[in-house]
Amino acid sequence: MNEMINQLIGKNGLLFAFLFVGIIMWVSFKISATLFNKKIPGVALAVIIGLSLAFLGDKKGIADLSLFSGMAFFGGSMLRDFAVVATAMGADVNKIKSAGLAGVISLFVGVFWSFSIGVLCAYLLGYTDPASLATIGAGACTYIVGPVTGSALGVSSEIIAISIATGVVKTIVATVGTPLFAKYIQLNNPKAAIVFGGLIGTTSGGNRRLSSHRPKIGALWSSNCNILYGFGLFTLSLSFLFCPAFTS
Amino acid sequence: MKIYGVALLAFCFLAGKFLGTLLGKLIDVNGDVGGVGFAMLLLISINAWVNKKGGLEIGTKEGILFWSGMYIPIIIAMASTQNVKAALSGGPVALVAGTIVTLSAFFIVPVLSKIGKEQIKTDDHE
Repeated sequence: MNEMINQLIGKNGLLFAFLFVGIIMWVSFKISATLFNKKIPGVALAVIIGLSLAFLGDKKGIADLSLFSGMAFFGGSMLRDFAVVATAMGADVNKIKSAGLAGVISLFVGVFWSFSIGVLCAYLLGYTDPASLATIGAGACTYIVGPVTGSALGVSSEIIAISIATGVVKTIVATVGTPLFAKYIQLNNPKAAIVFGGLIGTTSGGNRRLSSHRPKIGALWSSNCNILYGFGLFTLSLSFLFCPAFTS
Repeated sequence: MKIYGVALLAFCFLAGKFLGTLLGKLIDVNGDVGGVGFAMLLLISINAWVNKKGGLEIGTKEGILFWSGMYIPIIIAMASTQNVKAALSGGPVALVAGTIVTLSAFFIVPVLSKIGKEQIKTDDHE
């Protein structure tokens, strides 16, 4: 019986990976809704579960276990980059234009700031080779820019894991911190919301969290959510362009 | 048809990667520099151009949007296949960098919000 199941999954590794990731996401969104009242986004939890599962294996994480070898293809660079490019469909050029000068500047500053501070932190903590520094700095932009940059530059899986984790920490700090700091950073008007989106480069969770605490700003935020989303994506493509270039 | 969307996406992807590799050669970096970024910009431009002429057909759009929706699951699969044991032995860099980057960026918000006088129009229909 066991033999049969192993063979079935061995032959259909990618499909088993679909099922497995589906279960991880279902569980994460349940935990996010019931335990954390959605204060920590389900996506961030799912990535954390993913990283934790990687401890079951060694160099290739969970894919070292033959049952889960399909995960390596599902999460490999080809499908990943393909899906990332597809997300650009959500960007509306007209919306980006309407964000104005402050919005556009915040984009550039956001990418440059995240990248440089990320590189600086990594450098101070003992990482010195340019490719690793760029990957961790890119991870400080978002958890997807890091790995894409990393594999383009050919860094080791360990550095890629660090860059994913950096991006996840960023998402969580942004989600939890936004309502706490909103008052102090004058995040109470649409323009500030747009600047915020450009600087932080994530909409994940922030919107819902802000709405529940300060309904008026939340509404402004929501109405600008499309712009922010476009912005997040644009930040993303900008970072893709610039991050690897910094290493040369 | 959905395959048209997937094909368009594949075209943007390959063209972007090609440009990225070319740029890498140009600045002497072994690898692809900004290929995914070029591909995204290409898709954004094609989409904007087609929108002026009435937009992509729904089926075509769905072919692209499916892959867009697979982005998060792929990230999770990717996270689970990294060498995390080695990453953890490297210390708390992720925690430190992620926290400092985000908190420090918060405080640039009021500074940049002062740029320009124009008010942002909010679209209540969305």
